[in-house]
Amino acid sequence: MTEPNQPRVVIVGAGPAGIRAAETLAAAGLRPTVIDEGARAGGQIYRRPPDGFTRPPEALYGSQAGKAVALHAAFDGLAAAGRIVHLPRHSVVALAGGVLHAVSDGGSRRIGYDRLILATGATDRLAPVPGWQAPGVYSLGAMQIALKAQGVAMGRRIVLAGSGPLLTLLATQLLKAGAEVAAVLDTAGLRGQIAAVPDLAVRPSFALQGLAMRARLGRLYHAGVVLEGIEATDSGVAAVRWTDAGGRSRRTVCDAAGLGWHLKAETQLADLAGCRFAYDATWAQWLPGTDRMGRAGDGVYLAGDGLRLLGADGAEVAGRLAAAACLSDLGLPVPDIAADLKRLARLERFARGIARAFPWPADRVRAIPDDTVLCRCEGITAGSVRETAAYGGAEANRVKSLGRAGMGRCQGRYCQLAAADLIASSGGLAHAGEVGRLRAQAPVRPAPVRALLEEE
Amino acid sequence: MSGAAGGRLVRLAETGRAPVRFLLDGVERVALAGDTVLTAILTNAPTLRQAEFGPERRAGFCLMGACQDCWIWQEQGARIRACSTPVAEGMRLLTRTREDWP
Repeated sequence: MTEPNQPRVVIVGAGPAGIRAAETLAAAGLRPTVIDEGARAGGQIYRRPPDGFTRPPEALYGSQAGKAVALHAAFDGLAAAGRIVHLPRHSVVALAGGVLHAVSDGGSRRIGYDRLILATGATDRLAPVPGWQAPGVYSLGAMQIALKAQGVAMGRRIVLAGSGPLLTLLATQLLKAGAEVAAVLDTAGLRGQIAAVPDLAVRPSFALQGLAMRARLGRLYHAGVVLEGIEATDSGVAAVRWTDAGGRSRRTVCDAAGLGWHLKAETQLADLAGCRFAYDATWAQWLPGTDRMGRAGDGVYLAGDGLRLLGADGAEVAGRLAAAACLSDLGLPVPDIAADLKRLARLERFARGIARAFPWPADRVRAIPDDTVLCRCEGITAGSVRETAAYGGAEANRVKSLGRAGMGRCQGRYCQLAAADLIASSGGLAHAGEVGRLRAQAPVRPAPVRALLEEE
Repeated sequence: MSGAAGGRLVRLAETGRAPVRFLLDGVERVALAGDTVLTAILTNAPTLRQAEFGPERRAGFCLMGACQDCWIWQEQGARIRACSTPVAEGMRLLTRTREDWP
């Protein structure tokens, strides 16, 4: 695979960050291995449909089509020329001692590395809403993937709720594709959105695009709402109940609901690799620590939304920077990074502005009724978490051990942040960071026992 | 727009693909080449599976392999993650575990 004297550099993730990292390393003469869960490179944001789909890039990626096409072409070119090793449809489920454990349909394999670049991206950040365990409730990201990669809407009449850039973007995309969107419910109030304007102005074209999309939604869009609950029958979602900014109770009939509050960094592998974490108050989540280049130490580098939630453009920049740091540490010539460092600072200012404009609804989470399901995996309720925190203490890993919140099959990806708020609230703590961070456990994705046994 | 009666999903585009036949709870159904198992089932039915820890049924959640909500059974006994597995001709998929299973 690699020449005997070449350092083994492995990249996990083939989204914008992983692709630019691979390109930078290949340009320096290295032949990195890129491991990705997707069948084709692009990540979630620039996800490509399977073979046989015919919509042009403009239909799939809108104004970002040029960037998507450029990334796909860059990656496919490197793979075709044998300048990278691409392992698609592979999940890295564990890592220890310089070895990754990856599983695929074909079984499992161990992949050793000298340097590791983690570009694992993000998932939707979810807050529990009473009734959200019903069939027909999806993350906003899920609805976007369904539209992009499968050409389907997840229901006949859809309510989108939550906050963040994806809320209005997805509504616009669904409407354009011919889906029926019944309401777009933003839990962020207009006042907070306006307060963030100075930071958002550092990327004027992006900010204006967002405003234009909002304007096109017209009366479908409501700011400052409180989500009261999701009604369902046996076959799925029937309506969303909410309170508008004026305090009026509303009920919107629908058969599908999309929920999401911006993004949550996917950090399990960084955790297993020994990265340090700190609670970031702006993004309201735990994020790994690195230097400006993405250097985490011990031959590990981070890039993209799994490090800082800067979005796709930021991920491309961070991917190049992480690869440059890796080259520098290997004693190889490093490309000029001054412009990228500047770009990164500007993108971070914008992204933090977005995070403040569309905040995590901590107060609402703390106020959810006891019978609300918090953990969708195992049906653990908010009341149960409060009770566990009351007798076990206000620490996230204790509450997980004693009450199972975060122990289910998603490993806390979708309940950890809400649970932290409930635990903090029971313990009289001001912010969720004070309850500690759930430790990642391998395997970070479910893996058949066979896959973990067969290669000894 | 099209969606079989009883299906949750609505096809908005890419409907010219070749049909793929599969069995859903023993009944022959049709999907399109390139569909995931999740798309194949939910264009024909409202849900994928029964929740293990609650009374409700489930229909997937994240579609990116992170939430693990969409693992379903095949008649042969192996489970698959519906959102990340392409449907294939002749698949025998179950939205309920069989009564003759222990």
